[in-house]
Amino acid sequence: MPNGFVYEFLFYLFGLTAIVSAAIFVTRRNAVAAALWLVNTMFCLAALYIMMDAQFVGAIQVLVYAGAIMVVFLFVVMLLNLGLPPSVADIKSKGARIIALVAGLAMLAELLVLARQKLPAELPWLPRETSVTTPITEPLFRTYLLPFEITSVLLLVAIVGAVVLAKRRS
Amino acid sequence: MMSFDLSIPGQLSLALLPELVLAVGAMLLLLIAAWGRESDARARTVGMLAIVLSLITMAIIVWMWLSGAKATPGIIAVDSFRWATDLVILIATIITIALGLDYARVEQLVSAETYVLVLLASAGMMLLTSARDLIMVFLGIELMSIAVYILAGVNRRSAKAAEASLKYFLLGAFSTGFLLYGIALIYGATGSTDLATIGTKVTGATIGSQPMLLAGIALLLVGFAFKVAAVPFHMWTPDVYEGAPTPITAYMAAAVKAAAFAALFRVWREAFPGALGSWHLALWWLAALTMVVGNIIALVQKNIKRMLAYSSIAHAGYLLVAVVANNQLGSAAFLFYVLAYTLATMGAFGVVIAVGEPGERHQQLSDFAGLWTVRPWLAAAMAVFMLALLGFPIAGGMGFFAKWYVLQAALDATHPETGLAVLLVLTSVLSAGYYLAVVMAMFMRPRSADAPALRPVRTPTFLVVYASAIILLFFGIFPGGFTGLARNSVPTITASAPSASPPTAVAGR
Repeated sequence: MPNGFVYEFLFYLFGLTAIVSAAIFVTRRNAVAAALWLVNTMFCLAALYIMMDAQFVGAIQVLVYAGAIMVVFLFVVMLLNLGLPPSVADIKSKGARIIALVAGLAMLAELLVLARQKLPAELPWLPRETSVTTPITEPLFRTYLLPFEITSVLLLVAIVGAVVLAKRRS
Repeated sequence: MMSFDLSIPGQLSLALLPELVLAVGAMLLLLIAAWGRESDARARTVGMLAIVLSLITMAIIVWMWLSGAKATPGIIAVDSFRWATDLVILIATIITIALGLDYARVEQLVSAETYVLVLLASAGMMLLTSARDLIMVFLGIELMSIAVYILAGVNRRSAKAAEASLKYFLLGAFSTGFLLYGIALIYGATGSTDLATIGTKVTGATIGSQPMLLAGIALLLVGFAFKVAAVPFHMWTPDVYEGAPTPITAYMAAAVKAAAFAALFRVWREAFPGALGSWHLALWWLAALTMVVGNIIALVQKNIKRMLAYSSIAHAGYLLVAVVANNQLGSAAFLFYVLAYTLATMGAFGVVIAVGEPGERHQQLSDFAGLWTVRPWLAAAMAVFMLALLGFPIAGGMGFFAKWYVLQAALDATHPETGLAVLLVLTSVLSAGYYLAVVMAMFMRPRSADAPALRPVRTPTFLVVYASAIILLFFGIFPGGFTGLARNSVPTITASAPSASPPTAVAGR
């Protein structure tokens, strides 16, 4: 793992950008602006993945999340023609805000507890691979071939369901 | 004697033959449904073919069970626990489709895809009952749930159904988050998603010092509790059950619950017996609260569908007692209970469809008043279902033995669950308040003057209602053969002996 000043600088650059973008994303009223800030977060995460020697995951992150899924988001926003409603926020009441705050703090506490546990620098059950895609393809097409195939049935059900629900009322 | 080596894809697919036949057949039916113009006749044909396909799948399962199929430890289990639950699920599937054929005619729905989605949901449930890997558990639950979210909203004209579907979808997605988070944490703590491997890693001594593992088990439990509608994760159940089309409500109350419970049972028995000390209290309270709250709220319901929804919550509590017992007897009691509960609940929903009017009207308790005077046999069958759910001897058929075996399992546990057993009996007495109210309304109160004339009972509903009642009564008088079967249908228990199927698997037949 490359260490040193440049690596650390890039880590904090992308990490902080991701956090700041996420914060701006949840506070935007305009749905399109929010979606674009989310794209920014996704790109920063992709950069972090690549820095962790997971180039394939990084590329997929850009293609699938920042690319495909966000495009669908923007399409939905466009088709619904939301405009600028006075308040988009679903969480309005004080009670709901307090519950959200408590849940958020609980998650933070959990993260801190988990971080205090000494995690091994390298997970022993993951062999160190030189190839980028083998660690993904090997389980995907051998060990977990069956779950992979079931996913296709799952997607079929979702497509059929979308058609059934969206079809003209009979 | 068949033996499958699950590491070879060809043999793995042979071990999954019933699921493959069902899923591929469902896709062919989807093609038939989509071919040409949508019509009532076509939808009925697809429904009939779906029933035939389910029967073929049942035949394959019985054949594989009888030939004593076995497998090397792997991603799926090949044991009699799986076959037994699969058969119950397929029975529920056939009943759902039969009731659906009737319901579609009453409500004038034309949707052949409904039957295909039911079949695909059942395929997901069958994968769930066979899953020996948390990834398979997750995919099975999702395949089942996504199909059922859609089925709940398949009646596009009903605002209530739309609400039920959306509510179920949002809360279901939320609970999936818990489930997945739990799986991720368990993987992080043990380095595996395989149930047997997790079982070897999770041992009593070091549990306390592994917060990640404990958090994972807790989140997994929350995810499962949502799916089986255990208190306090039951809030979605009444609205969803009331709003969904009645056959789908029956399907959710019986098959979805049975499949989720089977997975809960297998995961807890294969992966976490070593952590018994840490999850025992949580499950204990879950079972106790579910029994008490479900029964008390059911008492004040006036709508039969809502009443049956709360009754299904209460029954989830009784089933949780079998999970807490965590012994061989518990597994046998579980299988017997699931079959009795499935027949009684689905039969009751069949009667609700037979009595109801288009637009899901006439489902109040008062609409059942005097049913005995106009439809004596329907009233008699409904009485059997109510008494079976209550657990009444003789007239309640299998229902009595179902509760009896759960009680036996609870008292037979290494640390006898006397408290839960007492609570089970007390809450069952409480449940007489609402089950007997239906019986009394049917037999003792006069039919109200402005009650509409009942429609003639159509063949599918007729068959479902009376066949369920007769099976319940028959096995209530001769439970012996069935319990022997159930007792031998226990899943592999410990990871130390990971043979996929107990050698005495078919001895009880």
